Amino acid sequence: MIKIDKELIEEHGINDQEYEFILSSLKREPTITELGIFSAMWSEHCSYKSSKTWLKKLPTKNNKVIQGPGENAGVIDLGDGDAAVFKMESHNHPSFIEPYQGAATGVGGIMRDVFTMGARPVALLNSIRFGDTDHPKTKHLLTGVVSGIGGYGNCMGVPTVGGEVEFNSCYNDNILVNAMCVGIAKIDKIFYSKASGIGNSVVYVGSKTGRDGIHGATMASAEFDDDSDEKRPTVQVGDPFAEKLLLEACLELMTMDIIIAIQDMGAAGLTSSAVEMASKGGVGINLNLDMVPCREKKMSAYEIMLSESQERMLMIIEPDKEQEAKAVFDKWGLDFATIGILTDTNHLVINHNDELKAEIRLDILESGAPSYDRPYKIIKESAFDESLVKETAESPINILKRLINSPNLCSRKWVWEQYDHMVMNDTILRPGGDAAIVRVHGTNKGLAISTDSTPRYCSADPVEGGKQAVAESWRNITSVGALPIAITDCMNFGNPEKEEIMGQFAGVVTGMIEACEILDYPVVSGNVSLYNETNGKGINPTPAIGGVGLIENLNHFSTPHLKRDNDTVLLVGKTDGYLGQSIYAKEILNIISGLPPKVNLKNEKKIGDAIRDLININKLDTVHDISDGGFLVALTEMSISGGIGVKIHLDEKDVSPKFLFGEDQGRYIISVPDELISDILRILESKNIFFQKIGKTSGTKIIINDSEEIEIKSLKKIHEDWFNEYLKG
Amino acid sequence: MRVSVIVFPGSNCDRDVAVSLKKFSNKSPLMIWHKETSLPDSDLIVLPGGFSYGDYLRCGSMAANSPIMKEVKKSAEKGSSILGICNGFQILTESGLLPGTLIRNQGLSFICKNTSLKVENDKSFFTHNYNKNEIVNIPIAHNEGNYFADENVIKDIEDKNLVAFRYCNKNGDINEETNPNGSLKNIAGIINEKGNVLGMMPHPERATDDITGLNDGEKFFTSIIESIK
Repeated sequence: MIKIDKELIEEHGINDQEYEFILSSLKREPTITELGIFSAMWSEHCSYKSSKTWLKKLPTKNNKVIQGPGENAGVIDLGDGDAAVFKMESHNHPSFIEPYQGAATGVGGIMRDVFTMGARPVALLNSIRFGDTDHPKTKHLLTGVVSGIGGYGNCMGVPTVGGEVEFNSCYNDNILVNAMCVGIAKIDKIFYSKASGIGNSVVYVGSKTGRDGIHGATMASAEFDDDSDEKRPTVQVGDPFAEKLLLEACLELMTMDIIIAIQDMGAAGLTSSAVEMASKGGVGINLNLDMVPCREKKMSAYEIMLSESQERMLMIIEPDKEQEAKAVFDKWGLDFATIGILTDTNHLVINHNDELKAEIRLDILESGAPSYDRPYKIIKESAFDESLVKETAESPINILKRLINSPNLCSRKWVWEQYDHMVMNDTILRPGGDAAIVRVHGTNKGLAISTDSTPRYCSADPVEGGKQAVAESWRNITSVGALPIAITDCMNFGNPEKEEIMGQFAGVVTGMIEACEILDYPVVSGNVSLYNETNGKGINPTPAIGGVGLIENLNHFSTPHLKRDNDTVLLVGKTDGYLGQSIYAKEILNIISGLPPKVNLKNEKKIGDAIRDLININKLDTVHDISDGGFLVALTEMSISGGIGVKIHLDEKDVSPKFLFGEDQGRYIISVPDELISDILRILESKNIFFQKIGKTSGTKIIINDSEEIEIKSLKKIHEDWFNEYLKG
Repeated sequence: MRVSVIVFPGSNCDRDVAVSLKKFSNKSPLMIWHKETSLPDSDLIVLPGGFSYGDYLRCGSMAANSPIMKEVKKSAEKGSSILGICNGFQILTESGLLPGTLIRNQGLSFICKNTSLKVENDKSFFTHNYNKNEIVNIPIAHNEGNYFADENVIKDIEDKNLVAFRYCNKNGDINEETNPNGSLKNIAGIINEKGNVLGMMPHPERATDDITGLNDGEKFFTSIIESIK
């Protein structure tokens, strides 16, 4: 017997108060297996103990939401009996320790969350953030994470269609790797995790259980220190081939009327899947660990319960259907083992080697899980000091060249060319635009999907930053002509036990709530990653938003690429020229201060709805939203991707960094062919939407007021060179 | 028309190629699971892209030794046509149905992008609807697509006009700069001497749908289907 002492309890991340609760509930000391189970279930990662009082305030419903938070993934209605199933999840800590495997298993895990619900994954996205480009670890982490994401997704044959990459010193010792997966299912064929039917079998399928990833969930909820590299054994190893087989086997079994409930074994492995499934169904569960397929000899009950070996699922099926189900898994060469039974005792009972290893009332684990209303203080920067923006003699083209060759504005092509973004043959709009478009296979409908966050805004003003993250996602989905439906969120923050960090969380959620409500863009799934700190220094608050929208008819959608000469280019939405927290301020002026740009949500909605109508009703085909870097950067992206130039004509006063590079929100650039221009101008005027004419598309150059010009070819080279140069050096 | 698509565990372009075949022939191909030990009589057998058996050993080497490949070889000898795309091409070289081998991309990373190809052999079962030297846009997506063979093999392939496609740019220039993966002589696809086996790294099935912006694979599939008729 292992003695449960203070040190051991502490190592399991359980505090005095929590341990007292365990003692009084069990009326005895826990066994080591039980201690491990409590530790995993009550880790921040599984229990959301610091975040749930805030998360439950988020809007989670609209008329298209079929399943909100609480299941493996969220589900929305796409019409015609089709549903989209999606979620985003973090794999930050493992990716910092072992970038390839950390990122790969993050992708594998999020796909299981989606196909466990009966959906075939059709799109992967990610949101990845690294430290300063000259930090000694950044190159190694970047290349490892990118190849890990590619390695897993490419092998699975699921296209990686979009994402975002950011570099900022706040992630030096705490990179972020958030992966999102979207799947398609039939509404009447969605599978849930609620166990039911006393006497039904608990079935384990997939890969064997090994010693990898033990206590991954607890590790993922702890702050790092200089010895973090020593935690490498707790990082799981991915096998995308096994997952591909598991995917096909599960989907095949799902066409038969056999599965009662199913859940993947993700964080905290068998422990969390068994506990969550039984708790949701209000039943007890007995497990005999002797039956669990193990990869290594002599694994203890503790190890089996806490292993985070990948590519495993837990299912509930009727005992007389076991043979039929087993045949499917035999075909795919995967393990299939009946490891337990549902009971009416409301207890989790675990036996191993003919010994009772754990017996815990399930309500203690689930509803007894701690929940903290942590004190918080929302801190924001003071107003941006406009006097810091000095007049510059540098030409706008020169500034543009510097900006699009900077780490956060350069082309991400180096990244997404390593991802198979075309497999499945339904990628209609590839990475590099505002949102990716993926056709619903066999239909003429399209999903628009994007991931977004602007952490520097959230750091400067958590409430405004939270609003902006949701609004930018909504704007990106709108830009391609889709109706934004719902989001998944991945909330990456520092240590919530600190007031100001909890204040960042509370502030960002408050901003998100307002944006989700006004834009009718609820949260249907998500994940929280706290303690992203090393040696006491936290990351910028980073709420990564994964947005999904629907294009009902793919005959009309728009892309950012300029398509023709002689279009009229319009800037829609008002430009005040606000430079606070802009990339211009950081890269060119070296100023990182002030409040972020304001988001006017009512205006956002009015302009976005109008743009969407122009695409769907008036057949406008070229739209790009304006975000990081401002107007001239956005227009340059349109030019580069379309290979068509623009003759820009501006009032002289607007040929200024404020106008050209300010990051005012709620703006779009549209390129309008002659035959549409009078209609579109009339519509914008009638809706009282501010716009200004910028110029005409033509030739192969960007020309500003007939005085300054540059070939698009050279802009393209500058834009694409940064990654190659960086990785060469 | 009898077409069989072999499905290995880890194949992931099987559906895509089946969709393209159906689109141009109006008939769904048979999907043949790798454990089958007999193969229906087929005019065309397709080895699709993917990561057969995880490709944890050399790409395609496990699949080349699977039971179904014995049957594929027999069919090839009897005159069935065999098409290997991407992982399928790797399986064809591993099983000796085509010469040479596919090694790791020169840049050591996976590459997914559109590539321009020059059609060199416009007479084959698979390519007769193209014109000689036509430049077509067909994407690649692979980590091990760097075609390698010894000098004699390359000379033999070239002398006999067995190169189906070479990587180039929009102007048709074939050089180091237009070579995405380091393949010798920019070779993207080859045909066997008998003319019934073709292997290529680019994915013609990803270029058969106007809405994706790529349709240069259409002539590839119509060539095949007309050849069968």
